[in-house]
Amino acid sequence: MRNIIDMTNDAAVRAADPQFGRDGLNIVVATNHESSLANAERVALAYGRGDAMSLPGMAIAVKDNIATLDMPTTCGSRILSGYVSPYEATAITRLRAQGAVVVAKTNMDEFAMGSSTETSAYGPTRNPVDPARSPGGSSGGSAAAVAAGITEIALGSETGGSVRQPAAFCGVVGVKPTYGRISRFGLVAFGSSLDQIGVFARSVRNAAIATYAMAGGDLNDSTCADVPVPTTPEPVEAYRGRTLDGVTIGIPTEYFPPSLDADVRARCDVAIEVLRGLGAKIVDVSLPHTELAIPVYYIIAPAEASSNLARFDGVRYGPRAADVSDLREMYQATRSRGFGAEVKRRILIGTYVLSHGYYDAYYKKAQSVRALITRDFDAVFASGVDALFTPTTPTPAFKIGAVTDPYEMYMSDIFTVTANLSGIPAISLPIGRVGGLPIGGQIMTRHFDEPRMFHVAAALEAALGGEAHA
Amino acid sequence: MTDWSQKYEMVVGLEVHVQLKTRSKMFCGCSADFGAPPNVNTCPVCLALPGALPVINAEAVRLALRAAIALDFTINLQSVFARKNYFYPDLPKGYQISQYDEPIAVRGTLRVRTPGETATHDIAITRLHMEEDAGKSVHDRYPRKTAIDLNRAGVPLIEIVSEPDIRSAAEAGAYLRTLKQILEYAGVSDVSMEEGSLRVDANVSARLHGATELGTKTEVKNVNSFSAVERSLQREFERQCAMLDRGEVVRQETMIWDASRGTVRPARSKEESHDYRYFPDPDLPPLILDPDYVARLRHTLPEMPRQLRQRFATEFGLNDAELDAVTAESSLAAYFEGVARAHGDANAAAKWMMGELAAALNETGTGIRDFPVRAPQLAELLDMVRDGKLSHTAAKGVFATMRSSGKSAPVVAAEMAVTQVGDDSQIEQWIEEVFAELPAETSRFRAGEKKLTGVLVGAVMKKSKGRADPKKVNALLSKVAG
Repeated sequence: MRNIIDMTNDAAVRAADPQFGRDGLNIVVATNHESSLANAERVALAYGRGDAMSLPGMAIAVKDNIATLDMPTTCGSRILSGYVSPYEATAITRLRAQGAVVVAKTNMDEFAMGSSTETSAYGPTRNPVDPARSPGGSSGGSAAAVAAGITEIALGSETGGSVRQPAAFCGVVGVKPTYGRISRFGLVAFGSSLDQIGVFARSVRNAAIATYAMAGGDLNDSTCADVPVPTTPEPVEAYRGRTLDGVTIGIPTEYFPPSLDADVRARCDVAIEVLRGLGAKIVDVSLPHTELAIPVYYIIAPAEASSNLARFDGVRYGPRAADVSDLREMYQATRSRGFGAEVKRRILIGTYVLSHGYYDAYYKKAQSVRALITRDFDAVFASGVDALFTPTTPTPAFKIGAVTDPYEMYMSDIFTVTANLSGIPAISLPIGRVGGLPIGGQIMTRHFDEPRMFHVAAALEAALGGEAHA
Repeated sequence: MTDWSQKYEMVVGLEVHVQLKTRSKMFCGCSADFGAPPNVNTCPVCLALPGALPVINAEAVRLALRAAIALDFTINLQSVFARKNYFYPDLPKGYQISQYDEPIAVRGTLRVRTPGETATHDIAITRLHMEEDAGKSVHDRYPRKTAIDLNRAGVPLIEIVSEPDIRSAAEAGAYLRTLKQILEYAGVSDVSMEEGSLRVDANVSARLHGATELGTKTEVKNVNSFSAVERSLQREFERQCAMLDRGEVVRQETMIWDASRGTVRPARSKEESHDYRYFPDPDLPPLILDPDYVARLRHTLPEMPRQLRQRFATEFGLNDAELDAVTAESSLAAYFEGVARAHGDANAAAKWMMGELAAALNETGTGIRDFPVRAPQLAELLDMVRDGKLSHTAAKGVFATMRSSGKSAPVVAAEMAVTQVGDDSQIEQWIEEVFAELPAETSRFRAGEKKLTGVLVGAVMKKSKGRADPKKVNALLSKVAG
């Protein structure tokens, strides 16, 4: 019992350490030591009573776009500065029921719009591996929190790769569960048909435990599926060290283009050989519509965002511009000042593609192409492939400020957006380093086949051993 | 005033918003009650707090389906909720969740009989869709400020959109009254324009008789009663006809009805022409209905006014005016049927309901559901009148006391000592007394001046405090005068 409180206290002290704050790596944007300790005491009591828990005393860091009661939820945006949610996300409630204790809220791209954590109103987060580099994004703060050892587990959110890409950049495990696996209630919406809460952890096992702890149907989220959730930790335990006999792993050619970074390719080749060595049958497959994923994503996500972000109008919460003479000016001033450039860009794109006369040409067409991308996956999985292996990102972590062209930034999600568009689960895990920079490998499986995904990932992780971080 | 209807034809389509009678809101568990203090019935979902998500209220779907079935709609087993995007302070999410190109029901009809006409007209209804209400902006509470009350935000509505099949203001009124009646029978709404549970927007255009193309329409808003709909349509039609007659072009715009002046004026341009950027709400999967469920609902629907009317006409032999009165509301019809069956004389029951009961309901402003005198008790009162135990006049008094005391007719009659007296000797005694008090009239009556009968009967009735059986008084007068 003492141990649980000590563990929480240690994590809370780490979270509040200035080296992780604004003047340091800028990972943590809020803490509440007192509340964290009070929660730890409750967990300790319940655990002492004999309550079953999969994460007793596990300190977690939470992305700033997931509603928590005892710390602000600002989405890295001025428009929500100081906002504290009066209710808690379902995912948080479930983690707390399993004994987890929230010790920090973490930095993120504003409203999760970005791939570098540079669009945050709090300023960029620095990658613990190399502070000159970006931790990726948009969940850069949470990836960095795990990489820096602040917490063992952190929550992020994904819309187009916002967990897997920073996981790859920071050398940790990152999970994007099946769309509908974890309730979105309390996750501030960006692209509702794509958004999903994800997990960072130092091990596949912990990532699986945390994923399962949050999973399952929720009456507050109509898009959350009531699909049976595997029990933890037994299945994951059982996978460890086991071979991949009888498992077919597809290697989609579209994810290994000639332009792929040579180091990333080399590390992937090693990982593929390791998978083969574990007994997996390796087959080349094709997902022909992959190249359309980025354009489709940058129509659908901004379209939904333009509507989702309409509620930030200064009327009910958040700062409201006062020096105005009428309603229209109030809206204009509040939103012009509250949102940053990237958010405004996406609201404009989204508003445009939904406009009368353009809807069919853009949004509707994008949804049709999205269906084709999903069909690609369905066909490959129907052909007997159990899992797909790809690089997570085209390059290792880039330097802060190095990517200035929005389109170039968008392309860093090229290998990850397809899982969001089709809804399938995906995991990124470290498969080695090049020049000290981590490289991530990605495993994708069928809808709701997280058990297979964790199986393959855990086997690869175990086989790579120290190699994954060398 | 010019009678434009000789030259031009009015073409009207109506959009009716009806608040569904659910306990909770469309997408959250908040109470949908009317009249709570501002912003009390709110939660993260209807306040549109960051991260909150809508969940469809199954009861709202059930009521929408009942309405659709009652109006002979084709039910879409799959329908889609869409977002209608616009900024307004009483619209918390910045969009309204509505249904757009895949509504829950399409192609309904309403058979309408316009007063004064014998033929009925089937009005086609384009669609019925579900949506949520917005909150309320209160502009007159604080100087130079607008207050927002979000109690109503998220309350479930159905919108019923007719085809431009309506040809006169009176027919529009008939359509609305019939629609209201059916929705009330189906038990889906309180259908009260006063409380805002029924709201009407009217599209109106004018064209030369015989023309096949529709004229440019305008939308009339801010009408808050059926008669206001009729008056505003007439006014707007006249305005358009006058313009057309001068060779001017009618502009498609929104007109605001000014009830105090009885005029329409164009809305400020701000109030119109939005690009709502509709798209399917990604938070809500398509609504898929089980055909068996819809079939079961079809069977649970009560008798609709048209069937009931027919049955009452056959079974009770009521005339049109009586049928109108007793079938106006389902609860009234049930009450009538209760009285008629218990009492036996349906005409007497209908008469009493059209007279005394209607007056009482009018006076107290309550509905029949809350009326203290229930059907069996009224039947008992009518029994006493028929059996000669109460005069009609005395029955009125007894009825009034029954309303306030809740006691039965025999008890009240006994307590008030108003039971009708048919006993000859008692009546003769009262007549004697009246003769003594009115010697002049009495002698003239005895001399054959029969027109004084009324005066003398009245005096006897008065003396008996209304208890004397007037038929007997009449019969006995001449005998006593002898």
